[in-house]
Amino acid sequence: MDLVALRGVSFAYSGAPVLLEIDLVIREGDFLALIGPNGSGKTTLVKIILGLIEPSSGEVEIFGRPPAEFSEWGKIGYVPQKATHVDPYFPASVEEVVGMALLARNRRRGARGGQARAEVRRALETVGMGGFGKASIGRLSGGQQQRVFIARALVTSPRILFLDEPTTGVDAETQASFYDLLGRLNRDEGLTIVLITHDIGIVTKHVNRVACLNQRLVYHGDHEDFCRSAAFRDMIGRGDHLISHEH
Amino acid sequence: MQALFAYGFLQRALLAGVFIAVACAVLGVFLVLRKDAMIGHGLAHIAFAGVALGLFLNLLPLAAALAVAVASSLAIVKLKDRAGLHGDTAIGIFSSLGMAIGILLASMARSLNVELMSYLFGDVLAIEPLEVWLSIGLAATVLITVRLNYDQFLFVTFDRESARAAGIKVSRLDALLMVLAAVTIVLGMKVVGILLVAALIVIPAAAGLQVATSFGRAVAASAVIAVAAVAGGLALSLALNVPASAAIVVLCFAVFAALFLIKKRGRVPPGAA
Repeated sequence: MDLVALRGVSFAYSGAPVLLEIDLVIREGDFLALIGPNGSGKTTLVKIILGLIEPSSGEVEIFGRPPAEFSEWGKIGYVPQKATHVDPYFPASVEEVVGMALLARNRRRGARGGQARAEVRRALETVGMGGFGKASIGRLSGGQQQRVFIARALVTSPRILFLDEPTTGVDAETQASFYDLLGRLNRDEGLTIVLITHDIGIVTKHVNRVACLNQRLVYHGDHEDFCRSAAFRDMIGRGDHLISHEH
Repeated sequence: MQALFAYGFLQRALLAGVFIAVACAVLGVFLVLRKDAMIGHGLAHIAFAGVALGLFLNLLPLAAALAVAVASSLAIVKLKDRAGLHGDTAIGIFSSLGMAIGILLASMARSLNVELMSYLFGDVLAIEPLEVWLSIGLAATVLITVRLNYDQFLFVTFDRESARAAGIKVSRLDALLMVLAAVTIVLGMKVVGILLVAALIVIPAAAGLQVATSFGRAVAASAVIAVAAVAGGLALSLALNVPASAAIVVLCFAVFAALFLIKKRGRVPPGAA
Protein backbone atom coordinates (compact mmCIF):
# COMPACT_ATOMS: atom_id res chain seq x y z
CA MET A 1 0.00 0.00 0.00
CA ASP A 2 1.27 3.52 -0.82
CA LEU A 3 1.37 5.59 2.35
CA VAL A 4 2.87 8.67 0.69
CA ALA A 5 2.80 9.73 -2.94
CA LEU A 6 4.44 12.83 -4.39
CA ARG A 7 3.84 13.78 -8.01
CA GLY A 8 5.83 16.58 -9.65
CA VAL A 9 6.40 18.40 -6.36
CA SER A 10 8.46 21.59 -6.59
CA PHE A 11 9.17 24.20 -3.96
CA ALA A 12 10.90 27.56 -4.18
CA TYR A 13 11.82 29.90 -1.33
CA SER A 14 11.87 33.60 -2.25
CA GLY A 15 12.26 32.59 -5.89
CA ALA A 16 15.20 30.22 -5.27
CA PRO A 17 14.39 26.61 -6.16
CA VAL A 18 14.66 24.15 -3.27
CA LEU A 19 12.93 21.12 -4.78
CA LEU A 20 12.31 20.37 -8.45
CA GLU A 21 9.78 17.92 -9.89
CA ILE A 22 9.93 15.28 -7.16
CA ASP A 23 8.10 12.01 -7.83
CA LEU A 24 8.31 9.67 -4.86
CA VAL A 25 6.24 6.85 -3.43
CA ILE A 26 6.69 5.46 0.09
CA ARG A 27 5.14 2.04 0.59
CA GLU A 28 4.06 0.29 3.76
CA GLY A 29 7.04 -1.51 5.36
CA ASP A 30 9.69 0.68 3.73
CA PHE A 31 12.67 1.74 5.82
CA LEU A 32 13.69 4.63 3.62
CA ALA A 33 16.87 6.65 4.08
CA LEU A 34 16.47 10.15 2.66
CA ILE A 35 19.99 11.33 1.97
CA GLY A 36 21.67 14.21 0.18
CA PRO A 37 24.05 17.12 0.78
CA ASN A 38 23.23 20.08 3.02
CA GLY A 39 20.61 22.28 1.38
CA SER A 40 19.42 19.51 -0.91
CA GLY A 41 15.82 19.89 0.32
CA LYS A 42 15.47 16.79 2.54
CA THR A 43 13.84 18.55 5.49
CA THR A 44 11.69 20.65 3.16
CA LEU A 45 10.44 17.50 1.47
CA VAL A 46 9.40 15.91 4.76
CA LYS A 47 7.70 19.14 5.85
CA ILE A 48 5.76 19.19 2.59
CA ILE A 49 4.61 15.61 3.17
CA LEU A 50 3.49 16.53 6.70
CA GLY A 51 1.59 19.58 5.47
CA LEU A 52 3.87 22.00 7.33
CA ILE A 53 4.84 23.68 4.04
CA GLU A 54 2.74 24.14 0.90
CA PRO A 55 4.54 23.03 -2.28
CA SER A 56 4.84 25.60 -5.05
CA SER A 57 3.45 23.02 -7.46
CA GLY A 58 2.69 19.32 -7.68
CA GLU A 59 0.51 16.93 -5.70
CA VAL A 60 1.03 15.34 -2.30
CA GLU A 61 -1.00 12.49 -0.88
CA ILE A 62 -0.67 10.96 2.54
CA PHE A 63 -2.78 7.88 3.17
CA GLY A 64 -4.49 8.74 -0.12
CA ARG A 65 -5.47 12.29 0.85
CA PRO A 66 -3.89 15.75 0.44
CA PRO A 67 -2.34 16.92 3.75
CA ALA A 68 -4.91 19.75 4.02
CA GLU A 69 -7.74 17.19 4.03
CA PHE A 70 -5.96 14.62 6.17
CA SER A 71 -7.09 14.42 9.78
CA GLU A 72 -5.80 11.12 11.20
CA TRP A 73 -2.53 12.60 12.45
CA GLY A 74 -2.15 9.79 14.97
CA LYS A 75 -1.12 7.57 12.05
CA ILE A 76 2.03 9.64 11.68
CA GLY A 77 4.96 9.93 14.06
CA TYR A 78 7.47 12.74 13.63
CA VAL A 79 10.78 13.52 15.29
CA PRO A 80 11.92 16.93 14.01
CA GLN A 81 15.47 18.09 13.44
CA LYS A 82 17.23 19.21 16.65
CA ALA A 83 14.47 17.66 18.72
CA THR A 84 16.99 17.03 21.47
CA HIS A 85 18.01 20.68 21.71
CA VAL A 86 15.66 20.97 24.64
CA ASP A 87 15.76 23.96 26.96
CA PRO A 88 17.39 22.22 29.96
CA TYR A 89 15.14 24.14 32.33
CA PHE A 90 11.84 23.47 30.58
CA PRO A 91 9.81 21.93 33.41
CA ALA A 92 8.18 19.07 31.52
CA SER A 93 8.33 15.51 32.80
CA VAL A 94 9.07 12.68 30.39
CA GLU A 95 5.45 11.50 30.73
CA GLU A 96 4.16 14.95 29.83
CA VAL A 97 6.39 15.10 26.74
CA VAL A 98 5.35 11.67 25.47
CA GLY A 99 1.68 12.30 26.25
CA MET A 100 1.65 15.47 24.11
CA ALA A 101 1.48 13.42 20.92
CA LEU A 102 -1.80 11.82 22.00
CA LEU A 103 -3.44 15.13 21.10
CA ALA A 104 -3.01 14.03 17.49
CA ARG A 105 -5.67 11.41 18.18
CA ASN A 106 -7.87 13.14 20.73
CA ARG A 107 -7.72 16.95 20.86
CA ARG A 108 -9.52 17.32 24.17
CA ARG A 109 -8.41 14.41 26.31
CA GLY A 110 -4.79 14.13 25.17
CA ALA A 111 -2.89 12.05 27.72
CA ARG A 112 -5.66 12.11 30.32
CA GLY A 113 -7.28 8.90 31.42
CA GLY A 114 -5.97 5.49 32.44
CA GLN A 115 -5.72 4.10 28.91
CA ALA A 116 -3.69 7.09 27.68
CA ARG A 117 -1.32 6.82 30.64
CA ALA A 118 -0.86 3.11 29.91
CA GLU A 119 -0.02 3.94 26.29
CA VAL A 120 2.58 6.47 27.46
CA ARG A 121 4.15 3.85 29.76
CA ARG A 122 4.16 1.27 26.97
CA ALA A 123 5.81 3.65 24.50
CA LEU A 124 8.51 4.48 27.05
CA GLU A 125 9.12 0.78 27.71
CA THR A 126 9.44 0.15 23.95
CA VAL A 127 12.39 2.53 23.79
CA GLY A 128 13.91 1.32 27.06
CA MET A 129 12.93 4.38 29.11
CA GLY A 130 10.29 2.75 31.28
CA GLY A 131 11.75 4.00 34.56
CA PHE A 132 12.05 7.64 33.52
CA GLY A 133 8.40 8.76 33.37
CA LYS A 134 8.65 11.26 36.22
CA ALA A 135 12.10 12.58 35.27
CA SER A 136 12.47 16.10 33.93
CA ILE A 137 13.19 16.01 30.18
CA GLY A 138 15.91 18.65 30.47
CA ARG A 139 17.86 16.49 32.92
CA LEU A 140 18.28 13.58 30.50
CA SER A 141 21.30 12.98 28.27
CA GLY A 142 21.03 13.55 24.51
CA GLY A 143 20.65 9.83 23.85
CA GLN A 144 17.93 9.45 26.51
CA GLN A 145 16.07 12.49 25.15
CA GLN A 146 16.27 10.95 21.70
CA ARG A 147 14.54 7.81 22.98
CA VAL A 148 11.86 9.92 24.67
CA PHE A 149 11.15 11.70 21.40
CA ILE A 150 10.92 8.36 19.60
CA ALA A 151 8.49 7.23 22.33
CA ARG A 152 6.46 10.39 21.73
CA ALA A 153 6.39 9.63 18.01
CA LEU A 154 5.33 6.02 18.71
CA VAL A 155 2.72 6.62 21.41
CA THR A 156 -0.16 6.92 18.95
CA SER A 157 0.83 3.60 17.30
CA PRO A 158 1.61 5.34 13.99
CA ARG A 159 1.94 3.52 10.70
CA ILE A 160 4.71 5.76 9.44
CA LEU A 161 7.53 7.44 11.33
CA PHE A 162 9.53 10.43 10.05
CA LEU A 163 12.88 11.21 11.67
CA ASP A 164 14.93 14.24 10.69
CA GLU A 165 18.62 13.70 11.45
CA PRO A 166 17.80 12.08 14.76
CA THR A 167 21.34 11.17 15.79
CA THR A 168 22.88 14.65 15.52
CA GLY A 169 24.90 15.27 18.66
CA VAL A 170 24.46 11.71 19.93
CA ASP A 171 27.56 9.57 20.61
CA ALA A 172 28.45 6.62 18.34
CA GLU A 173 27.46 3.91 20.83
CA THR A 174 24.04 5.46 21.40
CA GLN A 175 23.61 5.88 17.64
CA ALA A 176 24.24 2.18 17.13
CA SER A 177 21.61 1.11 19.66
CA PHE A 178 19.25 3.73 18.26
CA TYR A 179 19.52 2.30 14.75
CA ASP A 180 19.02 -1.19 16.18
CA LEU A 181 15.80 0.04 17.78
CA LEU A 182 14.59 1.49 14.47
CA GLY A 183 15.48 -1.72 12.64
CA ARG A 184 13.53 -3.74 15.20
CA LEU A 185 10.48 -1.50 14.91
CA ASN A 186 10.58 -1.85 11.13
CA ARG A 187 11.12 -5.62 11.08
CA ASP A 188 9.04 -6.73 14.06
CA GLU A 189 6.27 -4.13 14.18
CA GLY A 190 6.03 -3.45 10.44
CA LEU A 191 6.51 0.27 11.05
CA THR A 192 7.30 2.28 7.93
CA ILE A 193 10.24 4.59 8.60
CA VAL A 194 11.55 7.62 6.71
CA LEU A 195 14.94 8.68 8.03
CA ILE A 196 16.75 11.84 6.98
CA THR A 197 20.43 11.23 7.57
CA HIS A 198 23.96 12.20 6.58
CA ASP A 199 25.18 8.83 7.81
CA ILE A 200 25.50 6.83 4.59
CA GLY A 201 26.77 3.91 6.66
CA ILE A 202 23.23 3.22 7.87
CA VAL A 203 22.27 2.51 4.25
CA THR A 204 24.49 -0.55 4.31
CA LYS A 205 22.84 -2.14 7.34
CA HIS A 206 19.27 -1.28 8.30
CA VAL A 207 17.36 0.46 5.49
CA ASN A 208 15.80 -1.28 2.54
CA ARG A 209 15.15 1.79 0.38
CA VAL A 210 17.15 4.90 -0.43
CA ALA A 211 16.08 8.25 -1.85
CA CYS A 212 18.97 10.51 -2.75
CA LEU A 213 18.03 14.15 -3.11
CA ASN A 214 19.83 17.14 -4.53
CA GLN A 215 16.97 19.48 -5.38
CA ARG A 216 15.91 16.74 -7.78
CA LEU A 217 15.45 13.10 -6.85
CA VAL A 218 18.82 11.73 -7.97
CA TYR A 219 18.12 8.14 -6.95
CA HIS A 220 15.22 6.19 -5.50
CA GLY A 221 15.33 2.47 -5.10
CA ASP A 222 16.79 -0.54 -3.36
CA HIS A 223 19.65 0.11 -0.93
CA GLU A 224 21.94 -2.53 -2.43
CA ASP A 225 21.58 -1.07 -5.92
CA PHE A 226 22.24 2.36 -4.44
CA CYS A 227 25.62 1.26 -3.11
CA ARG A 228 26.63 0.38 -6.67
CA SER A 229 25.16 3.54 -8.19
CA ALA A 230 26.79 6.72 -9.51
CA ALA A 231 24.79 8.71 -6.93
CA PHE A 232 26.49 6.79 -4.12
CA ARG A 233 29.97 7.35 -5.61
CA ASP A 234 29.16 11.07 -5.97
CA MET A 235 28.20 11.30 -2.32
CA ILE A 236 31.31 9.48 -1.13
CA GLY A 237 33.39 11.69 -3.40
CA ARG A 238 31.82 14.74 -1.81
CA GLY A 239 32.93 13.57 1.61
CA ASP A 240 29.61 12.67 3.22
CA HIS A 241 30.06 10.48 6.27
CA LEU A 242 30.47 6.77 5.72
CA ILE A 243 30.20 5.14 9.11
CA SER A 244 30.32 1.39 9.48
CA HIS A 245 28.07 -0.12 12.13
CA GLU A 246 29.51 -3.48 13.17
CA HIS A 247 27.17 -4.70 15.89
CA MET B 1 -3.88 39.81 58.24
CA GLN B 2 -7.22 39.77 60.06
CA ALA B 3 -7.74 43.41 58.96
CA LEU B 4 -7.88 42.13 55.37
CA PHE B 5 -11.27 40.66 56.19
CA ALA B 6 -12.53 43.52 58.35
CA TYR B 7 -13.16 46.19 55.68
CA GLY B 8 -15.27 45.95 52.55
CA PHE B 9 -12.68 47.65 50.33
CA LEU B 10 -10.01 45.22 51.53
CA GLN B 11 -12.24 42.21 50.96
CA ARG B 12 -12.91 43.43 47.43
CA ALA B 13 -9.20 44.04 46.82
CA LEU B 14 -8.26 40.60 48.10
CA LEU B 15 -11.01 38.81 46.17
CA ALA B 16 -10.25 40.49 42.85
CA GLY B 17 -6.50 40.35 43.50
CA VAL B 18 -6.48 36.60 44.12
CA PHE B 19 -8.42 35.79 40.95
CA ILE B 20 -6.31 38.12 38.83
CA ALA B 21 -3.07 36.86 40.37
CA VAL B 22 -3.92 33.26 39.49
CA ALA B 23 -4.84 34.20 35.90
CA CYS B 24 -1.60 36.21 35.51
CA ALA B 25 0.56 33.44 36.97
CA VAL B 26 -0.97 30.60 34.96
CA LEU B 27 -0.70 32.48 31.70
CA GLY B 28 2.73 33.76 32.68
CA VAL B 29 4.24 30.25 32.70
CA PHE B 30 3.28 29.75 29.05
CA LEU B 31 4.42 33.24 28.01
CA VAL B 32 7.77 33.03 29.83
CA LEU B 33 8.57 29.61 28.34
CA ARG B 34 7.59 30.84 24.86
CA LYS B 35 10.00 33.75 25.40
CA ASP B 36 7.02 36.07 24.99
CA ALA B 37 7.37 37.62 28.45
CA MET B 38 7.66 41.12 27.00
CA ILE B 39 4.13 40.87 25.63
CA GLY B 40 3.07 41.86 29.15
CA HIS B 41 4.82 45.22 28.89
CA GLY B 42 3.66 45.73 25.32
CA LEU B 43 -0.01 45.05 25.94
CA ALA B 44 0.05 47.11 29.13
CA HIS B 45 1.23 50.14 27.14
CA ILE B 46 -1.45 49.45 24.56
CA ALA B 47 -4.06 49.17 27.31
CA PHE B 48 -2.99 52.64 28.45
CA ALA B 49 -4.37 54.03 25.18
CA GLY B 50 -7.61 52.11 25.82
CA VAL B 51 -7.95 53.53 29.32
CA ALA B 52 -7.34 57.06 28.03
CA LEU B 53 -9.85 56.49 25.24
CA GLY B 54 -12.45 55.20 27.73
CA LEU B 55 -11.99 58.18 30.00
CA PHE B 56 -12.01 60.56 27.02
CA LEU B 57 -15.25 59.12 25.60
CA ASN B 58 -16.79 58.61 29.05
CA LEU B 59 -16.89 54.81 28.69
CA LEU B 60 -15.93 52.27 31.34
CA PRO B 61 -12.11 52.48 31.12
CA LEU B 62 -11.64 48.74 31.76
CA ALA B 63 -14.01 47.88 28.90
CA ALA B 64 -12.30 50.29 26.51
CA ALA B 65 -8.86 49.01 27.52
CA LEU B 66 -10.08 45.45 27.02
CA ALA B 67 -11.33 46.17 23.48
CA VAL B 68 -8.15 48.00 22.46
CA ALA B 69 -5.81 45.42 24.01
CA VAL B 70 -7.63 42.43 22.48
CA ALA B 71 -7.73 44.04 19.01
CA SER B 72 -4.05 44.95 19.26
CA SER B 73 -3.04 41.47 20.44
CA LEU B 74 -4.65 39.99 17.33
CA ALA B 75 -2.95 42.62 15.16
CA ILE B 76 0.42 41.69 16.69
CA VAL B 77 -0.17 38.02 15.84
CA LYS B 78 -1.11 38.96 12.26
CA LEU B 79 1.94 41.21 11.89
CA LYS B 80 4.19 38.39 13.07
CA ASP B 81 2.59 35.84 10.74
CA ARG B 82 1.90 37.84 7.61
CA ALA B 83 4.48 40.62 7.58
CA GLY B 84 7.26 38.34 8.81
CA LEU B 85 8.15 40.72 11.63
CA HIS B 86 9.86 39.40 14.74
CA GLY B 87 7.56 39.22 17.76
CA ASP B 88 9.44 41.88 19.73
CA THR B 89 9.33 44.28 16.74
CA ALA B 90 5.56 43.88 16.37
CA ILE B 91 5.11 44.37 20.13
CA GLY B 92 7.42 47.42 20.05
CA ILE B 93 5.44 49.04 17.25
CA PHE B 94 2.05 48.60 18.92
CA SER B 95 3.16 49.40 22.46
CA SER B 96 4.83 52.67 21.38
CA LEU B 97 1.76 53.63 19.38
CA GLY B 98 -0.49 52.79 22.35
CA MET B 99 1.55 54.92 24.73
CA ALA B 100 1.63 57.80 22.21
CA ILE B 101 -2.14 57.72 21.72
CA GLY B 102 -2.67 57.58 25.49
CA ILE B 103 -0.44 60.62 26.01
CA LEU B 104 -2.20 62.50 23.18
CA LEU B 105 -5.64 61.82 24.65
CA ALA B 106 -4.49 62.75 28.14
CA SER B 107 -3.05 66.05 26.93
CA MET B 108 -6.22 66.85 24.93
CA ALA B 109 -8.39 66.46 28.06
CA ARG B 110 -6.37 67.57 31.06
CA SER B 111 -8.98 66.49 33.58
CA LEU B 112 -8.17 62.85 32.77
CA ASN B 113 -4.73 62.96 34.24
CA VAL B 114 -5.57 62.18 37.87
CA GLU B 115 -7.66 59.14 36.98
CA LEU B 116 -5.10 57.99 34.45
CA MET B 117 -2.50 57.98 37.21
CA SER B 118 -4.53 55.42 39.16
CA TYR B 119 -4.33 53.11 36.13
CA LEU B 120 -0.62 53.77 35.63
CA PHE B 121 0.28 52.85 39.22
CA GLY B 122 -2.69 50.64 40.17
CA ASP B 123 -5.20 51.22 42.94
CA VAL B 124 -6.55 47.89 43.99
CA LEU B 125 -7.79 49.29 47.31
CA ALA B 126 -10.16 51.57 45.39
CA ILE B 127 -11.62 48.76 43.28
CA GLU B 128 -15.40 49.10 42.78
CA PRO B 129 -17.87 46.23 43.36
CA LEU B 130 -18.68 46.15 39.61
CA GLU B 131 -14.97 45.91 38.81
CA VAL B 132 -14.61 43.06 41.30
CA TRP B 133 -17.29 41.01 39.58
CA LEU B 134 -15.90 41.92 36.15
CA SER B 135 -12.43 40.88 37.29
CA ILE B 136 -13.64 37.59 38.76
CA GLY B 137 -15.71 36.81 35.67
CA LEU B 138 -12.90 37.55 33.23
CA ALA B 139 -10.23 35.83 35.32
CA ALA B 140 -12.47 32.76 35.58
CA THR B 141 -12.98 32.86 31.80
CA VAL B 142 -9.22 33.02 31.26
CA LEU B 143 -8.60 30.10 33.63
CA ILE B 144 -11.34 27.93 32.14
CA THR B 145 -10.08 28.63 28.60
CA VAL B 146 -6.52 27.74 29.61
CA ARG B 147 -7.79 24.56 31.29
CA LEU B 148 -9.70 23.51 28.17
CA ASN B 149 -6.68 24.12 25.94
CA TYR B 150 -3.98 23.28 28.49
CA ASP B 151 -2.52 20.25 26.70
CA GLN B 152 -2.42 21.99 23.34
CA PHE B 153 -0.81 25.12 24.83
CA LEU B 154 1.78 22.90 26.50
CA PHE B 155 2.59 21.05 23.26
CA VAL B 156 2.91 24.26 21.24
CA THR B 157 5.04 25.88 23.96
CA PHE B 158 7.38 22.88 24.13
CA ASP B 159 7.69 21.92 20.47
CA ARG B 160 5.88 24.10 17.99
CA GLU B 161 6.81 22.13 14.89
CA SER B 162 5.80 18.74 16.26
CA ALA B 163 2.53 20.25 17.45
CA ARG B 164 1.82 21.42 13.90
CA ALA B 165 2.76 17.99 12.57
CA ALA B 166 0.21 16.51 14.99
CA GLY B 167 -2.46 18.56 13.25
CA ILE B 168 -2.79 21.22 15.96
CA LYS B 169 -3.85 24.65 14.65
CA VAL B 170 -0.87 26.50 16.08
CA SER B 171 -1.77 29.95 14.67
CA ARG B 172 -5.23 29.74 16.19
CA LEU B 173 -3.72 28.85 19.57
CA ASP B 174 -1.22 31.73 19.27
CA ALA B 175 -4.09 34.14 18.71
CA LEU B 176 -6.07 32.66 21.62
CA LEU B 177 -3.08 32.95 23.95
CA MET B 178 -2.51 36.58 22.94
CA VAL B 179 -6.18 37.42 23.53
CA LEU B 180 -6.03 35.76 26.96
CA ALA B 181 -2.85 37.73 27.69
CA ALA B 182 -4.60 40.97 26.69
CA VAL B 183 -7.56 40.23 28.97
CA THR B 184 -5.26 39.31 31.84
CA ILE B 185 -3.13 42.42 31.41
CA VAL B 186 -6.19 44.65 31.52
CA LEU B 187 -7.37 42.89 34.68
CA GLY B 188 -3.95 43.10 36.29
CA MET B 189 -3.51 46.80 35.67
CA LYS B 190 -6.20 47.57 38.23
CA VAL B 191 -4.23 45.62 40.83
CA VAL B 192 -0.65 46.74 40.19
CA GLY B 193 -1.02 49.35 37.45
CA ILE B 194 0.00 49.58 33.83
CA LEU B 195 3.65 50.13 34.71
CA LEU B 196 3.91 47.03 36.91
CA VAL B 197 1.37 44.58 35.50
CA ALA B 198 4.00 42.75 33.46
CA ALA B 199 5.67 41.88 36.77
CA LEU B 200 2.59 39.96 37.89
CA ILE B 201 2.79 37.90 34.69
CA VAL B 202 6.54 37.35 34.59
CA ILE B 203 7.88 37.16 38.17
CA PRO B 204 5.59 34.51 39.75
CA ALA B 205 6.04 32.37 36.62
CA ALA B 206 9.81 32.79 36.70
CA ALA B 207 9.77 31.94 40.43
CA GLY B 208 7.59 28.86 39.94
CA LEU B 209 9.87 27.64 37.16
CA GLN B 210 12.81 27.63 39.58
CA VAL B 211 11.37 24.75 41.60
CA ALA B 212 9.17 22.74 39.24
CA THR B 213 10.03 19.35 37.77
CA SER B 214 6.86 19.14 35.69
CA PHE B 215 4.78 21.69 33.83
CA GLY B 216 1.74 21.13 36.03
CA ARG B 217 3.80 21.83 39.16
CA ALA B 218 5.26 24.99 37.58
CA VAL B 219 1.76 26.32 36.95
CA ALA B 220 0.60 25.43 40.48
CA ALA B 221 3.71 26.92 42.12
CA SER B 222 3.38 30.16 40.12
CA ALA B 223 -0.26 30.53 41.12
CA VAL B 224 0.52 29.96 44.81
CA ILE B 225 3.38 32.50 44.70
CA ALA B 226 1.22 35.12 42.96
CA VAL B 227 -1.66 34.70 45.42
CA ALA B 228 0.72 34.88 48.40
CA ALA B 229 2.34 38.02 46.97
CA VAL B 230 -1.03 39.74 46.46
CA ALA B 231 -2.27 38.85 49.96
CA GLY B 232 1.08 39.72 51.52
CA GLY B 233 1.35 42.93 49.50
CA LEU B 234 -2.08 44.09 50.65
CA ALA B 235 -1.17 43.31 54.25
CA LEU B 236 2.15 45.18 53.90
CA SER B 237 0.38 48.10 52.27
CA LEU B 238 -1.98 48.31 55.22
CA ALA B 239 0.71 47.85 57.87
CA LEU B 240 3.35 50.17 56.41
CA ASN B 241 1.10 52.60 54.52
CA VAL B 242 2.90 51.94 51.22
CA PRO B 243 1.35 51.52 47.76
CA ALA B 244 -0.14 48.02 47.43
CA SER B 245 1.09 47.63 43.82
CA ALA B 246 4.72 48.21 44.74
CA ALA B 247 4.48 45.96 47.79
CA ILE B 248 3.00 43.12 45.69
CA VAL B 249 5.74 43.34 43.07
CA VAL B 250 8.55 43.59 45.62
CA LEU B 251 7.17 40.51 47.40
CA CYS B 252 7.01 38.64 44.08
CA PHE B 253 10.65 39.49 43.49
CA ALA B 254 11.65 38.45 47.02
CA VAL B 255 10.13 35.00 46.46
CA PHE B 256 11.79 34.72 43.05
CA ALA B 257 15.19 35.71 44.49
CA ALA B 258 14.87 33.22 47.36
CA LEU B 259 13.92 30.33 45.05
CA PHE B 260 16.61 31.30 42.55
CA LEU B 261 19.29 31.18 45.25
CA ILE B 262 17.98 27.90 46.66
CA LYS B 263 18.03 26.35 43.20
CA LYS B 264 21.49 27.70 42.43
CA ARG B 265 22.93 26.13 45.57
CA GLY B 266 21.40 22.76 44.90
CA ARG B 267 21.67 22.77 41.12
CA VAL B 268 22.19 19.49 39.31
CA PRO B 269 23.81 19.97 35.91
CA PRO B 270 21.47 19.19 32.98
CA GLY B 271 22.00 15.68 31.71
CA ALA B 272 23.31 14.38 35.01
CA ALA B 273 20.26 12.21 35.70
